[in-house]
Amino acid sequence: MIGVERDETKLIARPVSMRLGGGMLAFLRKVWAVCAKDLRAELRGREVFSTMTSFSVLAVLTFGLAFDLRVPRSEMIAPGVLWVVILFGGVLGLNRSFGAEVDRGTLPALLLAPVDRSAIYFGKLLANLAFTLATTLVILGVMFFIFDVNMFHPVNVLGVALGILGYVGVGTIFAALTASSRARETMLPILLLPVMVPVFVAGVGLTAGVVDGKTFDDLRQWLGILAAFDLIFVIVAYLLFDLIWEDA
Amino acid sequence: MSTATIKSKEAGWRGLDILQLVLSLLAVGAMGAVMWASLFYARDATNLAGDEQLAQRIFYIHMGCNIGALAGFLVSMVGSIAYLITRNLSWDRLSQAAIEVGVVCGLGTIITGMFWAKPTWNTYWTWDPRLTTSTITVLVYLAFLLFRNGIDNRQTRARFGSIYAILAFLSVPLTFYSARLFRSIHPVVYGNENPDAQGGFSVGASMTQTLMISIIGFCILFSALVILRWRQLGTEDALAELREDLE
Repeated sequence: MIGVERDETKLIARPVSMRLGGGMLAFLRKVWAVCAKDLRAELRGREVFSTMTSFSVLAVLTFGLAFDLRVPRSEMIAPGVLWVVILFGGVLGLNRSFGAEVDRGTLPALLLAPVDRSAIYFGKLLANLAFTLATTLVILGVMFFIFDVNMFHPVNVLGVALGILGYVGVGTIFAALTASSRARETMLPILLLPVMVPVFVAGVGLTAGVVDGKTFDDLRQWLGILAAFDLIFVIVAYLLFDLIWEDA
Repeated sequence: MSTATIKSKEAGWRGLDILQLVLSLLAVGAMGAVMWASLFYARDATNLAGDEQLAQRIFYIHMGCNIGALAGFLVSMVGSIAYLITRNLSWDRLSQAAIEVGVVCGLGTIITGMFWAKPTWNTYWTWDPRLTTSTITVLVYLAFLLFRNGIDNRQTRARFGSIYAILAFLSVPLTFYSARLFRSIHPVVYGNENPDAQGGFSVGASMTQTLMISIIGFCILFSALVILRWRQLGTEDALAELREDLE
């Protein structure tokens, strides 16, 4: 019996010391605490990653079937399919990010945690980044077999990672905005997709360039747009995130 | 006390109402002037012929609508930031009014552009950066209007709307820049020449004057509509507050 109890205390997570203030290292620990909470919930519930992955794989198969007899070479559509599937599949995970907290009634508890709101933002961002990157790895693998296009080129992987960072950077704050509104599931993609057009266009441009075998000099500008998007939007979202729950 | 103010508001026209009426009539007159100038006063574009020459006259409306849309989204950005700083709902109402008028002007830009594009580019639609950007921008602000309708609490609606408007506005230049790396065939009438542009034309004196009339006319129309809608939204909020007091 004693052994079982010890096991349980191990699972319930070591208490993280949450002093307010306390420099960069303390802030990073708080960010990690929020992120680890989401990752742990995912490891136990297996709710987000499985939904995102099964939807994304289904979407890839649907696109493959739809274009199979109409497109002479799959390289022509593979970049577009990749980014559409990332954007549409990502919405599912982002919706759960704060939606699950509202459904379980744990949002007030999260807001009561003695951490800056920005720590919640970056923690949620990291968790969403992890889910979306993991899903994208699966998508790239499935597309390798279905479309016979290898998109694991390092420049493309870097571009996909940058694009996803910008996507979840904006997606996390929009998910927080829509979490308590009436039509959460439908509202998030309507808000998010038009703002994501720069990431989408630059991402498709980059992946198409990689698939066509262009040199790094031709691809640099796409990486530049993606990096600029990440920088601007993560900073602005970080500044604005404080304002969301001021009356809660 | 509140009944007294309602009664005084009911009693006839106030100064602001008369100003609003004058501005609205001015806008009607300005639109008449724009129609006259763009259809009759402006000379034909010398380097175009046939349908293209006729279609080129839609440029004056196209440009005017474009100015209205741009002004609407700029005003909404200012209104959103000012609301987040001052927390005065009047700024939020200004932001919403500007976006509503801006979306209508943006749709006007897109539709007139499509009618102009068919004879000139031989297609209604192409993914030129300007077309992409204007369409995505209109979609962004339509999403803004939909999103706001789903939030019941007045202050929350204003705050969330402002946060979204700021983020949305920031994405517009990036959308344009990323779409520009694809090819562009949109003519640039003023400023830098685009060597690949199609449907451009040389501008004569009467055409520049017509363009000025059109821009001023659409600015008056824009102000009249925004101020009208702004005051209407103010009345709406005042009514909602009175209703809450009664309940």
